[in-house]
Amino acid sequence: MKLTAYIEGIGLLGPGLNNWPDSQAMLKGQQPYQPQKTVLPAPALLPAAERRRSGALVKLTLATGLEAIAAAKLNAAGLPSVFSSSGGDGENCHAICEMLASSDRQISPTRFHNSVHNTAAGYWGIATGAMTTSSVLCAFDASFGAGLLEAITQVVVDDTRTVLLACDTPYPEPLLSARAIPDAFGMALVIAPEPGSQTLAKISIALTDETADTLDDALENLRVAIPAARSLPMLCAIAMRHENRVVLDYLDDTTLAVEISFC
Amino acid sequence: MNPLWLSHFTATSSIGRGLDQTLAALQQRRTGLAPCTFDTVDLKTFIGEVAGVDIVKLPAHLAQYDCRNNRLALLGLMQDGFDKVVRAAIKKYGSRRVGIFLGTSTSGILQTELAYRKRDPETGALPADFIYRTTHNTYSVADFTRRYFGLTGPAVVVSSACSSSAKVFSSARRMMEAGLIDAAVVGGVDSLCLTTLYGFNSLGLLSDQACRPYDAERSGLSIGEAAAFALLERTPEQLDADAVLLLGIGESSDAYHMSSPHPEGLGARIAMQDALNTAGLQPSDIDYINLHGTATPSNDAAEGIAVHALFGENTPCSSTKGATGHTLGAAGGIEAVICTLALQHSFLPAGLNTQQIDPSFKLNYLLENREQKIKRVLSNSFGFGGTNCSLIFGRAA
Repeated sequence: MKLTAYIEGIGLLGPGLNNWPDSQAMLKGQQPYQPQKTVLPAPALLPAAERRRSGALVKLTLATGLEAIAAAKLNAAGLPSVFSSSGGDGENCHAICEMLASSDRQISPTRFHNSVHNTAAGYWGIATGAMTTSSVLCAFDASFGAGLLEAITQVVVDDTRTVLLACDTPYPEPLLSARAIPDAFGMALVIAPEPGSQTLAKISIALTDETADTLDDALENLRVAIPAARSLPMLCAIAMRHENRVVLDYLDDTTLAVEISFC
Repeated sequence: MNPLWLSHFTATSSIGRGLDQTLAALQQRRTGLAPCTFDTVDLKTFIGEVAGVDIVKLPAHLAQYDCRNNRLALLGLMQDGFDKVVRAAIKKYGSRRVGIFLGTSTSGILQTELAYRKRDPETGALPADFIYRTTHNTYSVADFTRRYFGLTGPAVVVSSACSSSAKVFSSARRMMEAGLIDAAVVGGVDSLCLTTLYGFNSLGLLSDQACRPYDAERSGLSIGEAAAFALLERTPEQLDADAVLLLGIGESSDAYHMSSPHPEGLGARIAMQDALNTAGLQPSDIDYINLHGTATPSNDAAEGIAVHALFGENTPCSSTKGATGHTLGAAGGIEAVICTLALQHSFLPAGLNTQQIDPSFKLNYLLENREQKIKRVLSNSFGFGGTNCSLIFGRAA
């Protein structure tokens, strides 16, 4: 069973990767990849109150999602969305747990509403005005694969465009020692059921039990370190622009085979 | 959409373990809500706690998944022979062809809350026996369930606050329709923790009484915990008349505010309308609505407006959260099971604790149980971040 769809826009933000256009030379191996701390832009699209309350995951999600949708020349308000993250807002989670273990447990309303896993989806709706459906998922290290499957089934079964937003941010200590995500990494894809003027690549996805592809050196370190970066073999193949087949990490006994071609 | 068959289902909440106890409690109008004595919580509120969760023992090979949420999940899976029917389905379809789609909002966060009380006074480190992946992480309950059944196919947690275990039906439907799987274990598991109790308290949304949905003097919600599961399969050609099908799903976002619903219930209305559209039904085809009905002033007001706008004032409706409490990420699942019980037993459950219906609602809100043959019901689940999901279930005949 193969599911076929078309990528129309890509957003990317991670350590040393500032956007999709500027990252392609590194993903193609034409320039050395040098990790630097991820720079998260302020979410200009949010009203001032929400901007103040937004954490790293919201900033990362908005930046990558809007980049992908701008590249696809679409309006975010009309697109269904799939948000996949291996954890929520880590800083916020730590602050709540610290307060709940103290003598003063009166956490703030903002802390609480930022604690839900769908915080980024909520802010996304407020920022873009999208009243469409959004699926908000978690599958630990398999979160990217789970998001890609949700997105492609939505595109194929419901015959609609969708935007996939896979983003992860680090916890502070002491949770960082228990869940070692070193930095923020996010990627977004606009996926369409039919080819069009903005099509970047055609993808066909199937479940498999083959071993996931690895990358070289520093990019491999990134791929393994942050769940959303398990998307990198596919992004590298798209950047190289020649027909390819990659196997992406998903669950421990199931992987995703992705055939990539260009029209 | 192509209807899907709920071939088996089960529910465990503060009103009972399994279907018989759940149905009996609803028929006897028994609430599971009681004053909160959970852990060290010092809030004047009522909760719907499931008895006996702490003594549930996980299988030895899954011991690292031990936390309140996974204990509750296992307790739920053991009721009504649900684990046996899942194993039979795996035998029939294969371990790669049965997917796991579970909703939760807080997963095993209680484990982390407790670990933060035991941090090393010098280094701040969490205790050595704390395992993030198998307890705290949002995916933990789906991971536990997948390993419990030895599955090797797709699995995911949907975590969109209080719509989570309604939206799992949608993710499962798409994956079945795409042909990636033949059956799906869907449901929701959410358990008591301090984050939600103190969190809802910070928003002023916890009632100091047992919650009174749609009451003129409603004063907030009562938090509960629950585990609910259903096995979804493609609709066979021959079905008993009593069989229950998932007929429609509608999903939307408010795009309005993080913790307040759209005041006119616009997102809720879109979700209900889309559920009708996907089922190919008219509002008049719906015989009962299980409301989201949390008993917060703003939720019930927004939902009441949206329901009235679409269904008028005649369709019988109620919120069962006066019985179970608001079980958050498990609410969609437990209310889906209550809807199937209503369809199979020709029984419309009354809303409990409500004394005087808010006169601003022009709705047929049930204060008494009703015995009536019904064919189709709609269930609403809405959540923080403005996430909305409506499901329509119907009898096969």
